[in-house]
Amino acid sequence: MLEKLLTGQKRYYAWLLFLLVVIAVCGIAYLQQLQEGLSITGMSRDVSWGLYISQFTYLVGVAASAVMLVLPAYFHHYVKFKRMIIFGEFMAISAVVMCALFIVVDLGQPQRMLNVMLHPTPNSVMFYDMIVLVGYLCLNAIIGWVTLEAERHNVMPPKWIKPLIYLSILWAFSIHTVTAFLYAGIPGRHYWLTAIMAARFLSSAFCSGPAILLLLVFIVRRLTGFNPGKEAIKTLTTIITYAMCINVFFYLLEVFTAFYSGIPGHQHPLVFLFAGHEGHVSWVTSWMWAAVVMAAASLIILIPPTWRTGPLLPLALVMLVAASWIDKGLGLLIGGFTPNMFETITEYMPTGREIMVAIGVYAVGALVLSLLWKIALGVKKEVGNFSD
Amino acid sequence: MYNAKAVIVGIIIFAGIFSAPFWVNFNGTRDYKRPELELPKTPNEKACIESAEFMRANHMTLLNEWRDQALRNENRVYVASDGKKWTISLQNTCMKCHDNYAEFCDKCHVTNNVDPYCWTCHILPKGNK
Amino acid sequence: MNNSRRSFLKVAGLSVFALSSGVAGLANAAQVAPGRYERGANALHAKRWAMVIDTRAFKSAEEYKPIIEACHSFHNVPKIPGKQEVKWMWLDNYDHAFPDDLSEHQKPSLLQAQFPLLCNHCTNPPCVRVCPTQATYKMEDGIVAMDYHRCIGCRFCMAGCPYGARSFNFVDPRKYLSDPVPNPTFPTRMIGVVEKCTFCAERLAVGKMPACVEASGGRILFGDLDDPSSSVRKALADNFSIRRKPNLGTQPGVYYLI
Repeated sequence: MLEKLLTGQKRYYAWLLFLLVVIAVCGIAYLQQLQEGLSITGMSRDVSWGLYISQFTYLVGVAASAVMLVLPAYFHHYVKFKRMIIFGEFMAISAVVMCALFIVVDLGQPQRMLNVMLHPTPNSVMFYDMIVLVGYLCLNAIIGWVTLEAERHNVMPPKWIKPLIYLSILWAFSIHTVTAFLYAGIPGRHYWLTAIMAARFLSSAFCSGPAILLLLVFIVRRLTGFNPGKEAIKTLTTIITYAMCINVFFYLLEVFTAFYSGIPGHQHPLVFLFAGHEGHVSWVTSWMWAAVVMAAASLIILIPPTWRTGPLLPLALVMLVAASWIDKGLGLLIGGFTPNMFETITEYMPTGREIMVAIGVYAVGALVLSLLWKIALGVKKEVGNFSD
Repeated sequence: MYNAKAVIVGIIIFAGIFSAPFWVNFNGTRDYKRPELELPKTPNEKACIESAEFMRANHMTLLNEWRDQALRNENRVYVASDGKKWTISLQNTCMKCHDNYAEFCDKCHVTNNVDPYCWTCHILPKGNK
Repeated sequence: MNNSRRSFLKVAGLSVFALSSGVAGLANAAQVAPGRYERGANALHAKRWAMVIDTRAFKSAEEYKPIIEACHSFHNVPKIPGKQEVKWMWLDNYDHAFPDDLSEHQKPSLLQAQFPLLCNHCTNPPCVRVCPTQATYKMEDGIVAMDYHRCIGCRFCMAGCPYGARSFNFVDPRKYLSDPVPNPTFPTRMIGVVEKCTFCAERLAVGKMPACVEASGGRILFGDLDDPSSSVRKALADNFSIRRKPNLGTQPGVYYLI
């Protein structure tokens, strides 16, 4: 199927070239980081994780979200998703690749990273995270490739793939649960020490991941004419709506517990994120409020059925993705580290070079995604499973 | 086979490139000169902790073992096979005698193209860089 | 037929044995050195090392300075300006050191005092729990130690430590150290690893008390918490003491007499 990569329009090659240039330019920033250490980032002694780990966290969610297509299709035989599943699985592969890269760029001594396997440590959540991510990558690669190959030859996928698919459904929940456990098991970080963290992660993943998938599919539809089917889009949008409602609900549960209990430690991060600290308002506050507004606006568009299927849908999805990204890709880390262990404020803001490295990783992900989707689109076109 | 010619040529080229280091160094041993080390000029000790053969072959694994024994098991004394006791310390035991880094350590390391980064943390004896 | 099955079983059994013993051999990684290892003759031992800081004996923050200096210069801790600093022992005020204590009307002398902070060498250290490579680990004597050779710089331990006791080497620490370094018998650290107070395990191994204890002139006590006749146990029995964030269940090994 790889030959599908070799035929394409000029704009396909231009896009790949553009991504390679971005990767190269951002690679220079990473080389500087290797030379000068993580001092080129905005992280500090008090805020010791930043943009890299938060992007890792967000992307684990994107990877896990493929299950929102796979589960209805295989557990409930919802055949309308079948045409689109491969795109979810391939997006999961690209997301896991980015997760791994974000971990690597965050390490102070990346050449030693295999120590995690050389000295396996079952009491560390990071150890399980490594296992579940590698496992999920393999599962999606095998399942995606085998089912696509079967579709191409117009045969049923081999029987042995079924157990792997069922496993991948459970596995998707596990990857994001384990990622939540990285945070939720740490004593003394009030914003993270909450039993609902894994549930919040899953709900935010299951709205934002499919939303990203749908937006990308809309772009592909415009570029290539591929159509996943009206019903499939409608069902997925419904799933996104429910997941977003649950996501917002879970966040409000946190707010209730913190403020009704009146325990200062639980209030401080929320107060800092939304109102600043002792008269000092952080840059992140405006972002958090923007997330609130966008989350509300996206729900206003998504909840009424007529609006949900109308022309405003892409706008709603963009706002939903932005809101969930701010919550999980910025607020989660900043709220976890501020106030710090001394109940004082150490501000964190990513530096230009830090953002460049992050963009470079995203570009690698986009490259992987483009190549995989190109193959999938080529096969769909070949077998005539391209649009209604 | 589909596209047999291209595939076979491709495999041959790949195998050639992949094994290139072996071909390039095929007669490498002829030019190889065993590096001549400068032994400690003013040794504090008569002999190294173990035989020269053992040290030549195993000093790197021995150092790893010393590190784990000292740091993790609090075993900071090594009783050599001749019964002599040594304090486990790269910086304060080994380098007390082997104080000429360039003419002792680096001679072999450079020849064998290894670049240990012990000295980003451990302090070299005075006069070495 | 029977014969071939038997020989097959034999070969299979032998291969399983060979494979499993090979795996076992890898796991136990046999000792390389022909000699043997033992503890130092002068080494100080304890079942559980602990520190008691008599803050009442310190009149001002200035009096802690030489103690911190003794620690930092013995361990070649660099002075890096800004938020990416490295510190093993440092001062902070009452609110920040003991944020759980919310009584606003303590003695003014207490509220205005500075307290020396360092790694608590917890009985249940979260940093050890989260480290993915066992680069940080707890020793038999209660000391939470670090192997900088193994640290991958993931900083999970820094997120895990509730006491902010850990520093990451964002830059090459040698850039901020004199040449030669303050203590040429002790290593520095390298870029990209996490470091912290070691309760001077390397000094205890040669029969010396920790650098801060030695520099404190008896105002910081150090001893075996499991020995009822030790100096630390006596001090704790006779005086009121507090520990940092006791509700987290980490069981800090550093006590403050106030």
